[in-house]
Amino acid sequence: MSYQLIYKRYGEFSILIKWKAIVDKDIIRDINTYKTKILKKEERKIQDCIIGYHSLLIVYKEVLCKVAEKISFLKEIYSFEQSVSSKINRVWTIPVCYNLKYGVDLLDISERTKLSVEEIIQLHINTIYTVYFIGFLPGFLYLGGLNRKLFFDRKSTPRLKVPKGAVAIGGKQTGVYPEKSAGGWNIIGNTPLRFFDVTKEVPCFAKSGDEIKFTSISEEEYFKIKGEVKKGLYKIEKKVIVNS
Amino acid sequence: MIKVLSSGIYTAVHDLGRTGYREMGIPVAGVMDRYATMFANMILNNKEEDAVIEIVFGSSKFEFLESCSISISGADFSAKIDNEFTLMNTVLEVEKGSVLSFGKRNFGVRTYIAVKGGFLTETVLGSRGFYKGITNRHVFKKGVIIPINKEQKKIKETRSKVKFNKDYIRTNNIEVFEGPEYELLSIDQKEKLKQLEFTISSSNSRMGYILNEKIKNSFPSMLSSGVLPGTVQLTPSGKLIVLMRDCQVTGGYPRILQLTEESINILSQKTTKDSIKFKIKRFS
Repeated sequence: MSYQLIYKRYGEFSILIKWKAIVDKDIIRDINTYKTKILKKEERKIQDCIIGYHSLLIVYKEVLCKVAEKISFLKEIYSFEQSVSSKINRVWTIPVCYNLKYGVDLLDISERTKLSVEEIIQLHINTIYTVYFIGFLPGFLYLGGLNRKLFFDRKSTPRLKVPKGAVAIGGKQTGVYPEKSAGGWNIIGNTPLRFFDVTKEVPCFAKSGDEIKFTSISEEEYFKIKGEVKKGLYKIEKKVIVNS
Repeated sequence: MIKVLSSGIYTAVHDLGRTGYREMGIPVAGVMDRYATMFANMILNNKEEDAVIEIVFGSSKFEFLESCSISISGADFSAKIDNEFTLMNTVLEVEKGSVLSFGKRNFGVRTYIAVKGGFLTETVLGSRGFYKGITNRHVFKKGVIIPINKEQKKIKETRSKVKFNKDYIRTNNIEVFEGPEYELLSIDQKEKLKQLEFTISSSNSRMGYILNEKIKNSFPSMLSSGVLPGTVQLTPSGKLIVLMRDCQVTGGYPRILQLTEESINILSQKTTKDSIKFKIKRFS
């Protein structure tokens, strides 16, 4: 599917490409396919590609001169046939301990949504989420696909300290805090996995367009996995799907 | 090696930043004032990307544990070597045991100390620049010893003929381009942006500068999208935030203006209560 895109110069070095302003799985897939195609042609000239829900920001290494020409070139790339490599999708399975000790807001959500804690957990693990993009913090994944029943407003006053690995719900989204930070989302559990590790060549295993599945683990398994992650022995379960 | 005798308000190592990782949510960061940094490195015949020390205001103090060639550019805090005033923007030969200190602030906010060969702190994801959560340290503390690239301690030829143009530090004209959401502003809002003199609030840091004056904000909420250092966002309260080098990679506020690279350097030499005026520039 082809979308109507808007191209805009943004500062001296960048071009912003915008899709329709909605949160949509197909749009994020299209953004990633387009990004792959652009990188194939222009990788050496590009410093960074920043993905948003409905946008792709291409930051070039040099100041842009012939912008109109550049944009027609980008438009031409958009119309190229999609390559096979960009149709591959990865699904990561993330173990989460939804123990009340970690899921400090579970009881509050349960009370206000009239769902039992067990129902909340089931609704959270029975969905495959799409990684829209990474922002806010290094390795913070914006995940879409949350079950409507779990839509839950952010806290009116953010917590000053949300622990590393906290799995949380904020509005229509769910996500994992890669590091200890301040944050306003409602915490429902904790994962022993590291979503961001600067010592790795690729510090963040997931990327925009990937999919995420959560699975419920006991506290005992939580500590076992945490130990394995520390030693670098834990291998995150990954499924590769080729879309036709 | 150089020892930090006092770390003052802010003392850290930076270079031109960490690029290629913004997709993972990692900011570029790097030196706030690239012009001063490039100048300090250039007169030492250093590479553009060699790491320098960035200090804010003048309370930092250093002892040289070896003799080396250094240069100081950017804000003027009455630099002294062994208690004697010293020149900026020129190559200084410093003896082992000398102490570099700063005193009265004459102008500017951030100054840069470059050393022949560059400072050697850990390189993380292609940059030596400090950033909380990425590098082990995010500021220097008293007593820390910073290594220097030993290969080239002294220089013979200097480019002393180049002049540091310090006018940019004093100007309050901030050149901007229209941002991606500029056209959604009303005529009245656009006029205000052009005419108002904005003052910098006390909330100003490497992440961003919040300005005091308000502009009526009638924007609906927006989906998060990429932002850049130098992007001016209009917040729901009507206050403007100018994003600086440490800014996050995405944001959900309308991006109404974009500072030129030069203007980011200008703003990085400004602080609380300083005023600025936006000058909207068209792309040539």
